[in-house]
Amino acid sequence: MNVARLTRRSVLAGVPILGAGALAVRASATPGAQLAAAAPPTVHGGVGHTRAAGHSAASGHARFRGGEVDHAANGFDPHAVLRDFDRGATRRLPSGRVLREWTLVSGDQDVELAPGVRFPAWSYNGRIPGPTLRAREGERVRVTFVNGSDHPHTIHFHGLHAAVADGTHGAGAGVVAPGRRAVYEFDAEPFGLHLYHCHARPLAEHIAKGLYGAFVIDPREGRPDADELVMVMNGFDTNFDRANEVYAVNSIGFAYLERPIEVARDELVRIYLVNALEYDLLNSFHVHGHFFHYFPTGTAREPAEYTDTVMQCQGQRGIAELCFPRTGRFMFHAHQSEFAELGWQGLFEVRDGLAGVAGLCRV
Amino acid sequence: MDSPASRASVGSEPRPAPAWLLGLLPLVLLTAAIGAFVALGAPGLGERRGPPAEALAVERTRLEPGAIELTVRNDGPDAVRIAQVVVNDAFASFTGGNDAIGRLASATLRISHPWVEGEAYEVQLVTGSGGTIAHEIPVAVATPAAGPSFYGLLALLGVYVGVLPIALGMLWLPWIRRVPARVLRVVMALTVGLLAFLAVDATLEGLELAGEGPQAFGGALLVLLGGAIAFLALTGVGAWLQDRRGGAQAGARLAVLVALGIGLHNLGEGLLIGTAYATGALALGAFLVVGFALHNATEGLAIVAPIAREAPSPRRLAALGLLAGGPAVLGAWLGAAAPSPAVSALLFGAGAGAIVQVIVQLVPSMRDGNGRALHPGAVGGVLGGMALMFATGLLV
Repeated sequence: MNVARLTRRSVLAGVPILGAGALAVRASATPGAQLAAAAPPTVHGGVGHTRAAGHSAASGHARFRGGEVDHAANGFDPHAVLRDFDRGATRRLPSGRVLREWTLVSGDQDVELAPGVRFPAWSYNGRIPGPTLRAREGERVRVTFVNGSDHPHTIHFHGLHAAVADGTHGAGAGVVAPGRRAVYEFDAEPFGLHLYHCHARPLAEHIAKGLYGAFVIDPREGRPDADELVMVMNGFDTNFDRANEVYAVNSIGFAYLERPIEVARDELVRIYLVNALEYDLLNSFHVHGHFFHYFPTGTAREPAEYTDTVMQCQGQRGIAELCFPRTGRFMFHAHQSEFAELGWQGLFEVRDGLAGVAGLCRV
Repeated sequence: MDSPASRASVGSEPRPAPAWLLGLLPLVLLTAAIGAFVALGAPGLGERRGPPAEALAVERTRLEPGAIELTVRNDGPDAVRIAQVVVNDAFASFTGGNDAIGRLASATLRISHPWVEGEAYEVQLVTGSGGTIAHEIPVAVATPAAGPSFYGLLALLGVYVGVLPIALGMLWLPWIRRVPARVLRVVMALTVGLLAFLAVDATLEGLELAGEGPQAFGGALLVLLGGAIAFLALTGVGAWLQDRRGGAQAGARLAVLVALGIGLHNLGEGLLIGTAYATGALALGAFLVVGFALHNATEGLAIVAPIAREAPSPRRLAALGLLAGGPAVLGAWLGAAAPSPAVSALLFGAGAGAIVQVIVQLVPSMRDGNGRALHPGAVGGVLGGMALMFATGLLV
């Protein structure tokens, strides 16, 4: 906290004004100058201000002025991103294995992060986060990367792969110059929830500007039916001071507060939670009124934790499974309250009578 | 400058071109050249590259229960659009500033925030390009509502710190009348010392204020400008009074000038007190009043010293006192309206300039029989005046 600099004329010793229009001169006034801040909150009779004043005037959630951004102009809507899984194109290899292929194109793209605030972002396939790639354990994966940006980029996948497919400087195609392309090929393993991101330097900037996405590898035998949601926790450093000005899930702060995520009562909900945040060491996910089973990195079939709050460091991810036995609105947000009020908070709207897409809760 | 005129008088034999035309010609050509330059799109210079340069200065902060009101001025070269506002790391809803703010234009934002008295706040204005402009509220205190009682209180404050001490200081007049010329010279030197201290003090305060405000209006330059204006204006008034009254009543004229100069200074002082009180940076106490009384009583002495050998009427003395002290009340009122720091800086500069002018006026009265201004007694007086100001300043 900055303490007001005291000049001889600007701050004077301590008897506050009491009442309206009366100058209270108290003989007992202390000679040393005191900051008004040091005194306990007082009631000014003439002004009518009390410590608790104003709570009604500014109640409600933190939100952007103007509500929602222009999702259409951005080219992606967080609500669409939420349930959008890109399974790519498949064909059988002579060996009988499935080859799953995608093409990812990077680009430079202005994104409206908050109403009226435009950010010169970088993206894969015109959206942030990039497409959620989904394969099955044991498949062969081939990703063709086309660098449509004015800057050199790569794609680096988390997972098991050969050195040439690492998507870093000096590995295989290395850093891909603007206009060039590269192919990354590897086996889909292990099953779980992974991510991919650009690995060109400076690393933090290339990730923070939007070059990342979730990479889901389903177990061979699959997972129980559920309403599946992808939540990539991220943030943006709009003034380039290497600290984030706005935080979100799937890029647009408060998007799920303005329009809650609808989920069906008693239906299993599976959240693929990825932390792609830069500049802050930790991020977290917390849901109100419910606990979830948490599978770190999604690599085990048994949950590691039954909780309502989980934290993830940069690049960490995990799967949360829960069900909502009661209808109504329930908040979810980063439990770093600062992140929450800078955009990373939303609502689940639990409803009856939604078309069932998933299995009933086993919990 | 005179070459076109001389050439014209030589070249045009029958009827010389009128002088006003010759004076106007360069101006017309300059306008035409600028017009052509702009019309041709600044040939050769190309377009400015890069993102807009965004700069905003917060000129006024008002706090009401549940709301923070900021008046911001664009002191950068480009228009700035305030898209979002963040208060202490939380996006806050606000009204105002819907349109882009043009260069030197201002806007008032009303931000909803349940602020708590005594706590510190950082307001960040997020611009359309994602830039942030931070504004610190070191201690949140409700801005007093401006009503009759509020202005009455500030008037009382002005009387306490301006009018009363000066009136009391003027009560030294009977004593000054009886002291020998030698002692009077020392007293005059003492007042010069007091005033020199005040001039430096006002300049420093003004420079500090100028640093806070929008720089597009000139920043620190405004202090010097205000000083020059006040100095020249008072010099002009002095010369005018001299013309009107001739050499007679030189002391009375000097007293008016001194009172006027001190009045200008007290305007700045009242301004600072009013601003500080309105923004909650100031709590009032007995000690403040005592400090200012001691500090400003010496100003009363400075007014009556030049008329020690004359016999002014009580009414005249009262008028002089009001002229010197009254502006403290005006300043307090003005300050409560929280003017732009640029305006305050200008007024502080004016206060300093006025005092310098007063010093120039007073110096002759310090001279001894040999015509020296800085004789040992005078030097002692000046130093004593500075020491007195320094010591009483410590009290405030």
